[in-house]
Amino acid sequence: MLIKKIVDFFVSLKLTVVLLAFAIVLVFVGTIAQADEGLYGAQAHYFKQWIVVGAHFFGHKIPLLLPGGYLIGTLLLVNLITTHIYRFEFSTKKLGIQLAHAGVIVLLVGQLSTDMLSRELQMHFVEGDTRNYSDSATEYELVFQSGDVLTAIPEKSLKPGGALTTEKTGLPFTIQVKQNWHNSDLSFRAPMMQNAPPLTANGIAASFDFQKLEDVKAMDQRNVPTAVLEFVTPAGSLGTWVASDWAGDATLVTAVRNGYAQMGTGMAQKIGTLLVAPQAIQVGGKKFSFTIRPTRVMHPFSLTLLKATHTTYPGTDIPKDFRSRVRIDNAQTGEKQREVEISMNHPLRYGGYTYYQYQMDAGQVAEQAGRTPSSVLSVVRNPSWLTPYVGCAMVGVGLIIQFLYHLIGFVTKQKTK
Amino acid sequence: MKKILQKWLPPFLMLVMALWFFGKLQTPKDRDFAFSEFGQLPTVANGRVKPMDSVARNALLEIREKQTLNLEPWKAWNEHPRIISATEWLANMMMNPAVCDDYPVFRVDNPDLISLLKLPEKGGQSDGKHFSWNQFQPALADFDKQNEHVQKIEAANRTAYENAVAKMHQRLSLYARLRNTLQPADARDWPAQLTAYEQLIPAGVAAAQAQQAGKEYDKTTFNTFIGYVQQFQFMSNLEPPLILPPNGAREWRRMGDALLDAPHANGVVIDDSIHAYAKMAGALATDQPEQFNAALRDFRSQLEASQPKALAKARAEVFFNQMEPFYNAMVIYILAGLLACFSWFNLSEVLRRSSTWLLALAFVIHTIGLVYRMVLEGRPPVTNLYSSAIFIGWGAVLLGLILEKFYKNGIGVVVASVIGFITLIIAHHLALEGDTMEMMRAVLDSNFWLTVHVITVTVGYVGTFLSGFLGLIYVLRGFFTKTLDAATGKALARMIYGIVCFATLFSFIGTVTGGIWADQSWGRFWGWDPKENGALIIVLWNALILHLRWGGVVRERGLVNCAIFGNIVTAWSWFGVNMLGIGLHSYGFTEAAFFWLVLFVVSQLIFIALGLLPAKWWQSFKMRAA
Repeated sequence: MLIKKIVDFFVSLKLTVVLLAFAIVLVFVGTIAQADEGLYGAQAHYFKQWIVVGAHFFGHKIPLLLPGGYLIGTLLLVNLITTHIYRFEFSTKKLGIQLAHAGVIVLLVGQLSTDMLSRELQMHFVEGDTRNYSDSATEYELVFQSGDVLTAIPEKSLKPGGALTTEKTGLPFTIQVKQNWHNSDLSFRAPMMQNAPPLTANGIAASFDFQKLEDVKAMDQRNVPTAVLEFVTPAGSLGTWVASDWAGDATLVTAVRNGYAQMGTGMAQKIGTLLVAPQAIQVGGKKFSFTIRPTRVMHPFSLTLLKATHTTYPGTDIPKDFRSRVRIDNAQTGEKQREVEISMNHPLRYGGYTYYQYQMDAGQVAEQAGRTPSSVLSVVRNPSWLTPYVGCAMVGVGLIIQFLYHLIGFVTKQKTK
Repeated sequence: MKKILQKWLPPFLMLVMALWFFGKLQTPKDRDFAFSEFGQLPTVANGRVKPMDSVARNALLEIREKQTLNLEPWKAWNEHPRIISATEWLANMMMNPAVCDDYPVFRVDNPDLISLLKLPEKGGQSDGKHFSWNQFQPALADFDKQNEHVQKIEAANRTAYENAVAKMHQRLSLYARLRNTLQPADARDWPAQLTAYEQLIPAGVAAAQAQQAGKEYDKTTFNTFIGYVQQFQFMSNLEPPLILPPNGAREWRRMGDALLDAPHANGVVIDDSIHAYAKMAGALATDQPEQFNAALRDFRSQLEASQPKALAKARAEVFFNQMEPFYNAMVIYILAGLLACFSWFNLSEVLRRSSTWLLALAFVIHTIGLVYRMVLEGRPPVTNLYSSAIFIGWGAVLLGLILEKFYKNGIGVVVASVIGFITLIIAHHLALEGDTMEMMRAVLDSNFWLTVHVITVTVGYVGTFLSGFLGLIYVLRGFFTKTLDAATGKALARMIYGIVCFATLFSFIGTVTGGIWADQSWGRFWGWDPKENGALIIVLWNALILHLRWGGVVRERGLVNCAIFGNIVTAWSWFGVNMLGIGLHSYGFTEAAFFWLVLFVVSQLIFIALGLLPAKWWQSFKMRAA
């Protein structure tokens, strides 16, 4: 009895209608809220969420309780699947509508799996650079290098006030986390200036001040984490140090150097050198150098940026084309010196990843500023990338069959009248 | 006799309007100076080859919101004010700017701005709305101060006055740019000055080199030479159109750049086209039409040999500009819509048939315009907000004609002509923003996806709007008139249902292919971007209507009200999301558009409220009950 009630609930058209209505409200509210919360914020708050509590509406906070994107999606999926099983019947009259709904199921399942399985990375390089890894766009890691041995600790596990012991990290010392700022700013401690005391006298903190910043909202910006850490061995403390993505990320170092260009080329160069000065500690005769950097994903092949081109329409700044010419070298498959062009709308699919042209600093602008052309590729791994194609085709064909069936009936009736 | 009239009146009416349209295709005759031929010269502006005529029309639209220039705006139309063509104005702007500076070419509406600039009020030689460059000069310092302040405010946060200042600044810059396209704006006798510069170059370069090396040099020569260089640099920095055609290895160039490049290791290199333009300028400034026309003819025959493609393209575009297909179609849509409306009241079949014939004619003209634009641009029909308006109107008229063919009750004609008219009005206003054939940014530069995604999603808009407007006809006729009998009501509901099905199909495929395009170009299928969300809401709303209908939750009137709400949903997706100013897709923002959008939404809500009123208040239902 209860089972029948549950089944009846899930196969009812009313449930579909209510879910569709909620979906419309949610998408609308989630779109408006992007002006206040940013695209990523709104995604997390409304769409990648089970229950939405409160919302931003044109700069005002309004009390609101809505089912989130996950909840609506899951219920719709259950509704569709149970209805499909329950009401399935093989007839020409129903064929189109069933195919269309099956297509919607494929789309929903595909998006769910994309959400769980896909990974977005980036590859930054200037002309001539070779990369055999990609950087995460949103995740960071604290890395220790001793000789050839690399230990990476996710930045997320650095909880202020917490400690990471040898059992957890395999390192011969304990890491005590004093601060971990998810986003931070840095400024050079110019000599002869009224500086506040540094965070610590060790390493880069002697030359730079670091400050906590609010997390970024805009899509094209990213956080730059900085952590204040103390390393402790059984024999005693090795002091407090600052590990920062500002020092661990080559593009940021370049940005800092360019930012201080007005102090003169020599000085800017010196600031850049100070920032990348290796920080290391000695434990048991071993040297450990460390920094924070975007989480790396290694590839069994490498890409070399041969040329980055940015063209504009004549007499304007309107971008006409962004294009990176890269060379693939793959020791595993023996593929060597294969050259490909990656441009807008023409990604490279290789080794389970897809490489898209993302950002570029090339063409006249870079030339005039005397910078070597550089390119950023967006690197995406999405095992379910084909599902939208399949789902769209199924819904399209299904709806066409269904409507043609009605239309032909209507036209013949109109003719016989 | 009556029968013959009934049979032949509709095609006859169409023929009259067709002749009216063909009559407008005639090229206007030049009186003395061959300005219309000057208008066909190719140039590069906004990144593409276009005729001077388009540069002129776009500039006037931006500055004055009209494609012609009325030199005596204070006169009523029956007093025959002197009106000149856009090209005549542009030719003078480029070659005889002193004359233009007295033309009342700037339109200013904002009263605060008018008082800031101390502009004359209405009366005498002023209509209180249109002013000349010279009239601005006294208060220009005050304006610059205001503008400096306004430029610091983000566009979205500006008041009406601040917007007017920013717009005025744009207009003044455009004006300054055009005056410095062909010669320095303050040149009194350009051909003579050009010759003087040419002759000065060897000595000037020597003096400049000597000065650089710290040696003795001729001060007068040096200063005159540097004066020229600064003048040409100033011209080039304003970024005017590139009027000099490719020459050898050189691409299209600005006049200023070419003059700066003239000094060469082995002498002086000045393109023939520079001399050709200088000749025209000299003739125009000294009022010698024969010489102007001769110089123009020479230059054109040069171009025919060296740039046949650019010249042909420019001429084709001039023809398109003169044809004004969308404006002319709009006029006929009004006629067709009115005739069809009348046909409901006296139930005259002749009127209905006449309206159908006229609609078909307007549709043909609309189609010619659409296809012509596609060929000129080498793109699918929808590339920006402007062309989406043109296309939505076109699609709605096509569907309306099909509906009319099946139902023969005038409804298809009315709904088609109303949507055709409104969308073309919207397009007309969007055209005020500048060149409507703008170049596609790198990420959008894919004819395949522009066709597959943009066209389908726009057809989805067409369907949703069409069903919504059918809903409006249902409410208007049912509530206010007695003409909505049971059969017509049923037929309307059937049409709405069919069109909603159609809209669901296209908006769904359009939305998903948009995701697939995004996946192809930046690696994510769905990013909850505002424009994507807007399209998704249309799909969800149409799906919701269908499910409500299948579940029997809504019947005839419920369906009608839902369809009207679809208008709001589509308007939101088409214009509303662009105003949020966020996301990758947002390509347009206009404050006036915001006002109209709100007005449209409110009006639709009023119609829905009417649609919800009990049946006893509906004229038609009272009629049926009786």
